[in-house]
Amino acid sequence: MTGRPASGDAPTPTVVLDCRGRPCPVPVIELARALPGVPVGEVVQVLSDDPAARLDFPAWCRMRSQDYLGENPDGTFSIRRLT
Amino acid sequence: MSGYLDAAAALPLSPAARNALLAAVEDGWADPATLYGQGRRARLLLEGAREAVAGVVGARPDEVSFAPSGTQAAHLGVLGALAGRAVTGSHVVHSTIEHSCVLAAVAHAGVEATPVGVDRLGRVDEAAFAAALRRDTALACLISASHEVGTLQPVEAVAARCAEAGVPLLVDAAQTVGRMPVPSGWSALTASAHKWGGPPGVGLLAVRTGTRWRSPLPADEREGGRVPGAPGLPQILSAAVGLQAAAAEAEAEDRRLRPLVDRLRERIAAVVADVEVVGDPGRRLPHLMTFSCLYVDGESLVRALDGAGFAVSSGSSCSASTLEPSHVLAAMGVLTHGNVRLSLHRGTTEAEVERFLSVLPRLVEDLRRDAGVVGL
Repeated sequence: MTGRPASGDAPTPTVVLDCRGRPCPVPVIELARALPGVPVGEVVQVLSDDPAARLDFPAWCRMRSQDYLGENPDGTFSIRRLT
Repeated sequence: MSGYLDAAAALPLSPAARNALLAAVEDGWADPATLYGQGRRARLLLEGAREAVAGVVGARPDEVSFAPSGTQAAHLGVLGALAGRAVTGSHVVHSTIEHSCVLAAVAHAGVEATPVGVDRLGRVDEAAFAAALRRDTALACLISASHEVGTLQPVEAVAARCAEAGVPLLVDAAQTVGRMPVPSGWSALTASAHKWGGPPGVGLLAVRTGTRWRSPLPADEREGGRVPGAPGLPQILSAAVGLQAAAAEAEAEDRRLRPLVDRLRERIAAVVADVEVVGDPGRRLPHLMTFSCLYVDGESLVRALDGAGFAVSSGSSCSASTLEPSHVLAAMGVLTHGNVRLSLHRGTTEAEVERFLSVLPRLVEDLRRDAGVVGL
C-alpha cells in the first residue's frame, strides 16, 4: 500500500488507500486505520467513489485535528497527518 | 405512539384534528362548488377552514389555498411565482438547505439558480443572500427552519432585503407553522398539515395580495385559481382544526420540549464517544435535534434503534438505496455518516427521552464493535 507515486498534481503520498466500490463509512474507517502507519507530516492519498466519503474526509480531519489537503485533479483525496 | 421520534416527517393526528375529521366525513363530503344545499354547506365549511388557517399564519383568507400536499404547495408556489415574473427574468436565489421539493421545483423550471451557503451551524447569512439578488431575479426561496437540523433562518431580515430589491420571497414554513409564530415579510408561504398534527393530503399555499403569480397548471375556479380540482374537504377541515389546536398549545409545548431537546443535545454529546451534535444550539426549532456518530453506518443505527422501539430518521446514505447523503449536512460541512434526527411531539414524554438516552450508547458501541472500529 506504500510508495506508489501520486498521479496528477496530488501531493506525494506515503500511503495510498484504494477504497473504490466501498460504501460509507468504510473509506473514513480505512483512513483512520491507516493513519498510525503514516509518519507525522506525511500524506495519505485515498481513492474513493463514495459520494458521502467526499464530504466525510474533511469532517473527519476537523474532528481528528488532521490536515485535509483536498480533492486532487484525478478525483483522489489527500490528507496530511498532523498528530 | 411510544418511541415515535420522527415528528418532522409526520405526526399522528392530534385529538382535535381526529374529531374534526370524523365529523367532516359526515358533514363535509359535498362539492363546495355546487349550488344546492349540500354544496352551500360544504362551501361554508371550506371558507371557515380557510379563515381559521389564514388567522394562524397572518394572511387574508383569499390569500390562502389548500393543495394536496406540502410538496405540491411548494411546487405550485415556486413555479407559479416564476410564471408570474417571467417578464422580469427567471433567476432564482435559494439557500443550500431548502427542502428537496423546493430544489426539485427550481430544477424542473430549468432556470438559473444561485444557491446561498450556510455556516457550520446551518444558518444562512442575510448579507450573502442579499448579495445574490440580481436585477433579473424572479424569486427567492428560504426555508423557515431546517427540517434536518432545526436551525432557524433569518427570514424577516432576508425578507426585508428582498423587499428592498423588489424580489418576492417564498418561505417554506413546513417545520414552523403550528409551532412558532409565522415570520412576517413573506410573499408566498407553504406548509404541510401532517407536520402540525393534521391529516396527510393537505398542503398550504398562501400568496400575498400584490405578488405576481400565474398558475403553472391549467387553472379552474377552485382555490383562488391556484390549485385546480375539487379540494379534499374532510381532510382540510381536520387540518384547519388541527392547526388551531397546535397554535393554541404551541407556547406550552415549546416550554416543555425545548429543555428535553437541550437535554438530548448535552447528554448525547457527553455519553456517546466521537459524536457530533449538529445545528444551532440556541436559535433552533423547539422539538428537533440531529447528531452523527463517527464510523457508524446510519442505516444500521436506524435499524438498531427501531429494534429498541424508537422510530427515527437519518440523513446518511450508507446503503445502496440512497447514494447521495443529505444535502443539508453536506452544505454544513458536518459528518454525513452515522446520522440520526430526533423530532419530538406532544406525545413525547420525559421518560421516553431518558429511555432513549439509556439505550443509545450501548447500541452505538455494539455497532462499532461489530465493525471493528473501537479505539480508532
